[in-house]
Amino acid sequence: MNKILFFAGLREVVGKEEVKWDAAGLTVADVKQKVYSEYKNDQIQSSMIAVNEEFVRNDRTIEEGDTIAFIPPVSGG
Amino acid sequence: MKKRCWITEHPLDVNSVVNQASRREAGAINTFIGTVREFTKGKRTLFLQYEAYPAMAEKKLEQIAEEINQKWPGSETVIVHRTGRLEITDIAVIIAVSTPHRADAFEASRYAIERIKEIVPIWKKEHWEDGEEWIGNQKETKSGIPVKEENS
Repeated sequence: MNKILFFAGLREVVGKEEVKWDAAGLTVADVKQKVYSEYKNDQIQSSMIAVNEEFVRNDRTIEEGDTIAFIPPVSGG
Repeated sequence: MKKRCWITEHPLDVNSVVNQASRREAGAINTFIGTVREFTKGKRTLFLQYEAYPAMAEKKLEQIAEEINQKWPGSETVIVHRTGRLEITDIAVIIAVSTPHRADAFEASRYAIERIKEIVPIWKKEHWEDGEEWIGNQKETKSGIPVKEENS
């Protein structure tokens, strides 16, 4: 099972901070597409993705237990 | 070991951050203090809400401190960022960099705040009299990794 985390504007679009899916074997691009087909929001495609708290590329394959975070454009400071 | 980079919901204290950066080898400590501004392009902000992915944000702040160590040998960096509701004039972020000589301290603290705005998962929501909006400045690449991150 995998945890998928949403933050800031994306958390509000999705309506929750976290969902649990079995995403093992999918690529990051697949996960984005799957989330997009469910929530239909442009921020999903433009978000960066972190797996286990590190930024990853779209071709990264998800493994069992990975935590996937959607990171909308950041605005700290 | 005491953390040198962290996220907190509590008000920030400049002195404690400066003290943590202080050491005998330093000839300078430069601090950057980011505060909540009332007017942005003529529009009045009532307050800000900051949100973070705390575990990852602390890792990325630590990465920035490490980058500064590489670029400016002999430096010591301390960074703290606040989350939650912040009022106008409240401190959102404090950066303190100590270095043997002053020029490096100025440059390194500037570097730290610019990097925070690129790679650290922290977001702010501006609340106005007539609405609210999540703010996002940073550019991402198609592959999903921040531009500078990919180069580093």
